Amino acid sequence: MTAYILPTIGGLFIGLAAMSLLASLGRVAGVSGIVWGAITGPDRQWRVYFVGGLIVGAWLLHTLSGMAIPAPPEAPLWLIVVAGLFVGIGTRIGSGCTSGHGVCGIGRRSARSLIATLTFISAGIITVFILRHVLGLGL
Amino acid sequence: MSKLAALVSGILFGIGLALSGMTNTAKVQGFLDLFGDWQPDLAFVMGGALLISLGATPFILQRSKPIFAEAFSLPASAVIDRRLIGGGVLFGIGWGLVGYCPGPAIAALAYGTESTVVFIAAMLAGMGLAKLLKLA
Repeated sequence: MTAYILPTIGGLFIGLAAMSLLASLGRVAGVSGIVWGAITGPDRQWRVYFVGGLIVGAWLLHTLSGMAIPAPPEAPLWLIVVAGLFVGIGTRIGSGCTSGHGVCGIGRRSARSLIATLTFISAGIITVFILRHVLGLGL
Repeated sequence: MSKLAALVSGILFGIGLALSGMTNTAKVQGFLDLFGDWQPDLAFVMGGALLISLGATPFILQRSKPIFAEAFSLPASAVIDRRLIGGGVLFGIGWGLVGYCPGPAIAALAYGTESTVVFIAAMLAGMGLAKLLKLA
């Protein structure tokens, strides 16, 4: 059970962060939308600070705790490009990602976000199933 | 103050993503590998985050306005349509292929690895492409 303490505490931090953004700025902490808005606007300023905070936060955690930096993904670069394109296109069409739909949307009891979350988790599970158990790739 | 609030929220989020193991693509793919060597870590991350968001969101939205803004800016759409499902499917495929969703991928830029930078560049290109093709 101790293996799940850090994931749980990390999850609590994520929830706290989302609530802090909602209570202070009245905004949904959906990273895909915030990142895109930080580039295209409107209201670029707070978005840039939030995105910068994500990077600073991860850096702080590893620096202060000494927790090892995880190994980068093993996939070849072309597959990383394909994955990035899918994530970018999909999150725009579907209006959100794991944070916006999965944490904030479900938090607001949005049926739309619950359906979106179940959809992308299912698609992720099927994709990994095909990668590992149909194609036999150890990615 | 709004800049500081955004920065602090982002830092808390980044700490949570790194601490929880979400920036570890092997762990994320292990969670999605339901029919193989399943690693339930991510379910606990989601559980912890939802415990807070499900519990606190109604109380925050009861207030007349946010602390540093004039009004809450919440998504207006409640429609469950082909775009929501189709977008979710495309996003899920990309997520499964490498194990990065947008938040953890951005936070992992702190690690300075080439693959993460390439992923973010491709993700932004994908977002731009969706805009260009008027898909979003």
